[in-house]
Amino acid sequence: MASKKSDIDGDDTLFGSLDKATVVQEARAFNESPINPKKCRLILTKIVYLLHQGQTYQTQEATDTFFSISKLFQNSDVSLRQMVYLAIKELSGSAESVFFLTASLTKDMNSRSDLIYRPNAIRALCKITDASTMQSNERFIKQSIVDKKPDVSSAAIISAIHLSSLNREVVKRWANEAQEAINSKGVITQYHALGLLYLMRQHDRMAVIKMVQNYARGSLRSPHAIVMLIRYTWKIIEEDDSGSSRQLFEYLENWLRHKSDMVVYEAARAICSLKDVTPKELFPAVSALQLMIVSHKPTLRFAAIRTLNKLAMTHPNAVFPCNLDMENLITDSNRSIATFAITTLLKTGNEASVDRLMKQISSFMSEISDEFKIIVVDAVRALCLKFPSKQTLMLNFLSGALRDDGGYQFKSAIVEAIFDIIHSIPESKEFALSHLCEFIEDCEFPKLAVRILHVLGAEGPHASSPTKYIRFIYNRVILETSIVRAAAVSALAQFAVYLVDARERIKVLLDRCTDDSDDEVRDRAAMYLRILNEQDLATKYIADDSTFALAALENNLDHYLKTPASFSRPFDIKNVPVVSKEQEQADRQRAQAAARDRAATGQAAPAASAAAAAVPASVSEAAAAAASPFDAQSIYAKAMERVPQIAALGPLYKSSSPVELTDPVTEYIVTCIKHVFPQHFVFQFECKNTLNDSLLENVTVVMKMQPSDDPDAAGLKPEFVVRAEKLAFDIPASVYVVYRRLGGVTPTAEFTNTLQFIVKDCDPNTGEPDEEGFEEDYLVEDVEIVVGDYIQPTYVPDFERAWAELGDTHQVVETYALTAVTSIRSAVSTVMDLLGMQALDNSSAVKENATTHQLHLAGTYVGGIPVAVRARMAFNPSTGVAMEMAVRSRHPVVSQRVANAIQ
Amino acid sequence: MGAVFSSLFARLWGSKDVRILILGLDGAGKTTILYRMQIGEVVTTIPTIGFNVETVTYKNIKFQVWDLGGQTSIRPYWRCYYANTDAVIYVIDSADRDRISTSKEELMAMLEEEELRDAALLVFANKQDLDGAMSVTEVSEFLGLTALKMRTWTIFKCSAKTGEGLTEGLDWLVNVVQGGKK
Repeated sequence: MASKKSDIDGDDTLFGSLDKATVVQEARAFNESPINPKKCRLILTKIVYLLHQGQTYQTQEATDTFFSISKLFQNSDVSLRQMVYLAIKELSGSAESVFFLTASLTKDMNSRSDLIYRPNAIRALCKITDASTMQSNERFIKQSIVDKKPDVSSAAIISAIHLSSLNREVVKRWANEAQEAINSKGVITQYHALGLLYLMRQHDRMAVIKMVQNYARGSLRSPHAIVMLIRYTWKIIEEDDSGSSRQLFEYLENWLRHKSDMVVYEAARAICSLKDVTPKELFPAVSALQLMIVSHKPTLRFAAIRTLNKLAMTHPNAVFPCNLDMENLITDSNRSIATFAITTLLKTGNEASVDRLMKQISSFMSEISDEFKIIVVDAVRALCLKFPSKQTLMLNFLSGALRDDGGYQFKSAIVEAIFDIIHSIPESKEFALSHLCEFIEDCEFPKLAVRILHVLGAEGPHASSPTKYIRFIYNRVILETSIVRAAAVSALAQFAVYLVDARERIKVLLDRCTDDSDDEVRDRAAMYLRILNEQDLATKYIADDSTFALAALENNLDHYLKTPASFSRPFDIKNVPVVSKEQEQADRQRAQAAARDRAATGQAAPAASAAAAAVPASVSEAAAAAASPFDAQSIYAKAMERVPQIAALGPLYKSSSPVELTDPVTEYIVTCIKHVFPQHFVFQFECKNTLNDSLLENVTVVMKMQPSDDPDAAGLKPEFVVRAEKLAFDIPASVYVVYRRLGGVTPTAEFTNTLQFIVKDCDPNTGEPDEEGFEEDYLVEDVEIVVGDYIQPTYVPDFERAWAELGDTHQVVETYALTAVTSIRSAVSTVMDLLGMQALDNSSAVKENATTHQLHLAGTYVGGIPVAVRARMAFNPSTGVAMEMAVRSRHPVVSQRVANAIQ
Repeated sequence: MGAVFSSLFARLWGSKDVRILILGLDGAGKTTILYRMQIGEVVTTIPTIGFNVETVTYKNIKFQVWDLGGQTSIRPYWRCYYANTDAVIYVIDSADRDRISTSKEELMAMLEEEELRDAALLVFANKQDLDGAMSVTEVSEFLGLTALKMRTWTIFKCSAKTGEGLTEGLDWLVNVVQGGKK
């Protein structure tokens, strides 16, 4: 209390120039006798203040201070004692031997009931308790939980909650006390006690259900406690797939009629966010929310409209009845409420009401913060995609917003929205581009100008009157900073390639750019002028629609830069997979859309941060979440870089997709990912222990190669194994088995695999393992190296030309009768799986009943050797699929190997 | 020697409280003695993890009494509380013959401390109510108290349970504090 006051009015006078050393000196006053409570309180305040300013105390310093503070217990001044507790709590983390105050604290918490500092003592005791002293303090805490005074009881319950992370078993024994505390007359005590009970039972679903049923019948008076109960109820219903807990739904519904707003709102929110809620179930909840949005309390209005807004994303029809009330909220003096109202209306509205709404939004756009403007822009974008016929109106609105003041985030959101609209609604293209042209005329954000110029370059040449954009672009060359000028030069070159009529005139413009003061601009202009003179180069460099898989490229470059030994040779771009720009963009968009969806449903934050926080999180799960296979590969690569032995193997060439080696419901789940390195083959076994009462240690995988008819298989020599030190319940870990490929051979082979480990029983709650363990083997399924593991899919814009360029010197042709497959379609997918190559010319798409098909594949064999495959297939219902496969590469062995890949 | 003490007592005789430490092995009865002196009753105690501090007023003198825990793990922390101590009450469990030597070691180590150079020493041979308890003379011999130099000291037999001997001890303390000779 004292500290608070000083913080506010004395920040710079009293504590402005506090120095830690001086304060520690001053703390000597604690040793004086008699003690001056006022003076000591002030010094304690300074100590705590410094801690809060980010000052750290060394262990010795903290311990010394801690012991001097302990001397203040001789004085019984109440305010001083409270301050002492505060300081103890703050120092308990950095000082040693803090248990020394146990006796003094337990005495205080058990002292006369009218003493104000008893709760303080309990809270401080919780801080200085460790696993060893917990047992001896148990009695006191139990006693305090059932204390008559609500503040004492609350403090004890909160301490119990904190202590449960120290020793769950001990805290579990306090269930009776917690139950008694729920009947306390203290409103907050009830809430805390319920939280503690839940903590004890959270892993036992039936116990939680029983608890909900028990307390849902009205024995709770605290609205806070009921709110918690609603959340628990919601969680049970949400996690239950069988639908048996639907009976609990009735409780939620009953709470909608509770007299406290808090409870009603929470119940409504719970119902609205149930995953498979029916319109009938939603109705009462929405009605409750509808009453709230006309309430005179702004907090209620805000909470209710926000929930409706979220609901509108999934169930717009359910929100529809509130439309009239929501329209009144548009003029709400609280702009946050108004924004939510309008974006909700945009989602629930029909085409007819759009015009009116847009007018209303425009009227208050200038009054809200950027953050809300972005929400509005997102809503408008969604609306536009929903009602393409309204695109003119929407684009007008967006371009109007572009002209308004606003920060980068806001402008960027608008530009993104316009790009999206251009992409999804082709009719809008010309109109949208002209708006963008107008915007770059006066754009204060070079980053955005660059992006817009890029889009103009990509889309402009295909518009109906492309030349009009040239003027806008060239203006940038004259007026802007160097990065914008460079982007403008690139955009101009795009026009020059596609518009033969304008080419000469554009060349004149580019020619002028060669006098630019900036190197990059001059270089680009000079390069494009040269390229434009030769049609071949032009198609190769400007009209090329292939690009590198960026994640893989980044990884390879990164690896190159980290190994100085490789600097003698230039970076080998051939090892980087190539994809089409379209595919790259589609992948990005899918990732973006997914991110937006998650953000919209409000689950992104916990999910993403949880994944980021849990360091040993499953690599394959993270990879599965990645946008494209190449991103997945870079995630594996990052994980392996943390293992020094593997990091030394060089850059990762290719990772296969994960193969399950066990059933998903067995005790240990093992997934295998195969990685190809320049001279090595690495098997990554990702293991997961699904038994919560066992701990595996020293986990390894014993691989045995099966006899193989591939002579190269002898070149595969086991090199080393990176074991997983331990495999705790539900925390995946990886075992790496590394083989050397002598002379860079690329054999196919099959392996049997056995998981070997030491298993120890452990306590399912604390995870404490037994001392003794025993060895165990666990057989998992076989894993196979196929030719496809060595091939990186590569995108080639023009297959015929690539095919011709490779020539038929090392062509290998094989014919196969694929009797096992029942259609061309499954033959195609089998071949693609085995070869791991990129299908071109859309040849992977096969009609359902096709009888003949030609498949074009391109890839890069490890070592950077391009390979092309042309497979002709014919289907006959009686004999299956007959296939003639021609393989071309510059290397006879590689061609042969790929041709023989089909077995 | 007289000069030393007169200056000490002059300091004690100020307005400030008299600072007393109660030390001894675990289970010797320190906490029981403290509360017997303070409230005159026998309280149920648990092993002291840390310390208890209470103010005891006797014959108009305020004693600020620190009762430090006696467990092995806690003994190293005694020294944190030595500064400005006027007198040490050292409690012996007279019935515990096995550990009397440990007790002696701790006592001697404590008396070596510079900060306690001027502190008076009162030894309580506690638990006299028990059968087989050592007598005062026995305890005194075991501890080698007579060999102490430059120290105002005494030993009393007592029983915290019955209250026997505690008043005598306090009287002696008052006496020392007021500068009188024993």
